[in-house]
Amino acid sequence: MTDIQYLAPRTLDEAVKAFAAAAGAGRILAGGTDLLVQMRNGTVRPGVIVDIKKIAEVTSIEEIAGGGFRIGAAVSGAALREHPKLRKIWPGVVEAANLIGSTQIQGRATAGGNLCNGSPAGDSVPALVAAGAVVIIQGPKGRREVAVEKVPAGPGRLNLTAGEIVVGFTLPPRPKGSSDAYLRMIPRTEMDIAVVGCGVSLTLDNGTCTAARVGLGAVAPTVLLVEEAARALIGSKLDAAALEKAAVACSAACRPIDDKRGTIAYRTKVAGVLLKRTAAIAAERAGRK
Amino acid sequence: MSKLHVSTTINGEPQEFLCDADQSLLDILRGPLGLTGSKEGCGTGDCGACTVTLNGRIVCSCLMLAAEAEGQQIGTIEGMAGEELHPLQTKFLEMAALQCGICTPGVLMAAKALLERNPDPTEHEVRFWLAGNLCRCTGYDKIIRAVMETAADMRGAAR
Repeated sequence: MTDIQYLAPRTLDEAVKAFAAAAGAGRILAGGTDLLVQMRNGTVRPGVIVDIKKIAEVTSIEEIAGGGFRIGAAVSGAALREHPKLRKIWPGVVEAANLIGSTQIQGRATAGGNLCNGSPAGDSVPALVAAGAVVIIQGPKGRREVAVEKVPAGPGRLNLTAGEIVVGFTLPPRPKGSSDAYLRMIPRTEMDIAVVGCGVSLTLDNGTCTAARVGLGAVAPTVLLVEEAARALIGSKLDAAALEKAAVACSAACRPIDDKRGTIAYRTKVAGVLLKRTAAIAAERAGRK
Repeated sequence: MSKLHVSTTINGEPQEFLCDADQSLLDILRGPLGLTGSKEGCGTGDCGACTVTLNGRIVCSCLMLAAEAEGQQIGTIEGMAGEELHPLQTKFLEMAALQCGICTPGVLMAAKALLERNPDPTEHEVRFWLAGNLCRCTGYDKIIRAVMETAADMRGAAR
């Protein structure tokens, strides 16, 4: 016997009501790949589990005009990968979500959960930051939208108010010649946590970069939007000098921890290296469109 | 708190069970349902020994609440063989692609899901797909070879 309650509401209104009523004792269940581990090791003891996967808006991928998409917060990485058009237009977002854990984990783990777990090393978050994704949030006071980089507040902490649920993400329309990429550094080839993660989204017009966004993970208490790096890329032909300037900007933005996975010096250097490699992949993809 | 009543489908058969809100699907499979083919290695989604399919996609049953199975299609290793063993099972026996056998049900479930999606995987693809299935007897090479050979056999049979 247990005193935990499991709810699987069919509508967002019911979910918000139940989550708000549970106050601090409520936990949202999307893919569960973090929550179930936390419950098992005792770091989380929810009174009420609100499973949001019976709510259509939270579990669907919807195309919007001009290459934009609305992705439900509880869509699994596998479902993102199996969507051919999303993969073609936003390959960086899809590859980032599919670096999270094993094939089995990808069958469950979600971008919404990755964001709400609040880890600075979450792989999908820098890619969503680079993509310019907007987070759709619903709470007792209604709906609001906020840039993805504004949601994390620190390790395990979010800028959400009581009772608010992340419903999904909006990826903006895509001009011709646009693409994105995500790379992460881990000391092995699979199944590890990013030492540095880098997302780049850009638009090329006749070889000149006309728009860019750069997201960096695992180098600060939250995932970072590095505007200085984007400025170094915009207006350039992505030549060596521009890439070097952007790489320096990435390294300068780092405020990393020193731990067994990577030292401060290592993470800071790798952030610049990854920027160059990720931008090259994004540019190569954009050139094909 | 009273138990939750769950109606689901396991290996194509309708199935009902009672569970607590915090029980995993693996707890229910191995306990009340007596389907002990799925193993508990780590309980944290790292080892893949508890791999089952949820609506055709492989997941760790230790990372899924039993209550979440309501209305879903679950597949376990017990449903893999029909009248005869699945070609992967036959090949694993033939090539001795197992030692202690604890990881084997999860490896087979994952490999079957791969071959359904990709009948002609490269060795690289097989290794990445199975990265979430840990084998502590270090039998990976035999496992990978058995999956590659099964894929080749199945492509031959389909021709």
